[in-house]
Amino acid sequence: MRRARGAAVSLPVQVIEPIRFVAKNMRLDQRLIAQMIKPGSRVLDIGCGDATLIDHLFRTRGCDARGIEIDMAEVTRAVAHGLPVMHGDADNDLAYYPDGAFDYVVLSRTLQAVERPREVLRHMLRIGTRALVSFPNFGHWQVRWQLLRTGKMPVTAVWGRPWYDTPNIHPCTIADFFELCADEGYLVEEWLAVDETGGRSPWRRSARLANLFGEQALFLLKKV
Amino acid sequence: MDGTESLPIAHQHVRFTDGMMLECGTKLPELVVAYRSYGTLNEARSNAVLICHALTGDQYVIERHPLTGRSGWWDNVVGPKLPIDTDRFFVICANVLGGCMGSTGPLSPKGCDPSELWGMDFPPITIRDMVLAQKRLVDHLGITKLFAVVGGSMGGMQVLEWAATYPDMVYAALPIATAALHSAQNIAFNEVGRQAITSDPDYRGGRYWRQGAVPERGLAIARMMAHITYLSEAALTRKFGRRLRTGTAVSFVADTFEVESYLQHQGSTFVRRFDANSYLTITRAMDYFDLAAEYEDDLALAFAGTRTRFCVVSFSSDWLFPTAQSRDIARALNRAGANVSFVEITSDKGHDAFLLDEPDFHRALSGFLAGCAEHAGLP
Repeated sequence: MRRARGAAVSLPVQVIEPIRFVAKNMRLDQRLIAQMIKPGSRVLDIGCGDATLIDHLFRTRGCDARGIEIDMAEVTRAVAHGLPVMHGDADNDLAYYPDGAFDYVVLSRTLQAVERPREVLRHMLRIGTRALVSFPNFGHWQVRWQLLRTGKMPVTAVWGRPWYDTPNIHPCTIADFFELCADEGYLVEEWLAVDETGGRSPWRRSARLANLFGEQALFLLKKV
Repeated sequence: MDGTESLPIAHQHVRFTDGMMLECGTKLPELVVAYRSYGTLNEARSNAVLICHALTGDQYVIERHPLTGRSGWWDNVVGPKLPIDTDRFFVICANVLGGCMGSTGPLSPKGCDPSELWGMDFPPITIRDMVLAQKRLVDHLGITKLFAVVGGSMGGMQVLEWAATYPDMVYAALPIATAALHSAQNIAFNEVGRQAITSDPDYRGGRYWRQGAVPERGLAIARMMAHITYLSEAALTRKFGRRLRTGTAVSFVADTFEVESYLQHQGSTFVRRFDANSYLTITRAMDYFDLAAEYEDDLALAFAGTRTRFCVVSFSSDWLFPTAQSRDIARALNRAGANVSFVEITSDKGHDAFLLDEPDFHRALSGFLAGCAEHAGLP
């Protein structure tokens, strides 16, 4: 990720694609998230990437939206576009925000990559009234089938990296997440499962079916 | 009487005959603020950008320096179509209080007799005093709200002080490569510099100016040492490595490494443009700086309720004002609920990077200002 600039001598080096801290290839359609956010809200987007959602929320919904991003190149890009983004990460920086500072705290496609998902969720619902969380569903039938058939860690379009080279250290299923919400006392105000392109899936009434066929899930949480 | 009489150059300035009360309790009988401005102030007086210069900087941001003849210290950042666009913004930079380029400082007359200077009797000043002096200038120019206050290093300290002291006058603040307090390590470096100056026989107890002397040796050593802290090991290695100026191999007779002659050059050019007592005064002001101490030791309180938009910038190889110190500022701003961007620019050029050609930094700077201008409704 670090590039030396202006070096007098540049040696030919093998370009190794760095591990992305968020898996861009399983991006949930950000319009779905934006639709759940009331206009004029204060929003914090954790793992905001180049801040597309922040820009969208500011321009179309009049939100005061800010972001945190771990990838410095993305932060620089976002700031260079005039968007309020700070370098930081979900595990270490949420503690520095005051209680109730935001109406919504968004964590899209990042929960599975943080060190302490439960603590991150607690912070999200401390600093925000509502939390919007999306994550790839490890309960999807393809994942289950691959593990059953091959006995090896599944590699799918959504879970695209081998086990030794993935930032996704805390995969969970939709059922797991419902359970965590119940344990922590979070009210699930809304939830939906979507396919890879972000389209809503027909099994939204059944959590069991969603856990089998949904590639990604989006939850809107509130503290009870 | 012209306050610039004792100086070889007439700096553009404004004089406040009612003086100024300093934080230390001493009152300056009169205050002169030397400044330069670039661009045009719009009718609404809403496009003013104040630039705060660093320890050895001055108000000649983009012009040929009247003493050294060198180009402005930030002419790669400020100017038409540059990140701080003078076609769009009215850019102001004042020589800091205690400086030696026309503002009230150790080279200013102490009383009515123009030949009797403050010298080492100049009272101790603080970053807050510097900001108060700039505020007088900004008021004088009829500007009630600055669109942005921007500065690196000691300039960044002034930016923080501006945002904390006059939050309603600052729409956007850019503290760059700076800290909310001067660390023990920074104070230590400054002290070595000061000792070098005061132990030079030509310092003459601070009264060198009476006899037309200059503590050149001490001032040059102070500058040389400070200059090392502005660079990174990588930058020094890249620029000089172990190359010799005196030949291709070590001869054990009067060998000079290139880095040595570079530093000596830095030292000798510095003494021609900087006053030793100013150096002592300003480094002390930096040492005193601890913004949180003014707010019950809680930096977040300094920015409580602020509506200013912040962009905190650090450089990855800066070990004088390391990223961790910028992160502390950003986190305090978060605790205060402020709108803050924070970016660490990847660079191997050390603390000096904020003055150099760093495209990512310049993009972040112009993007942040453009975003703020949009929010402020600035045309």
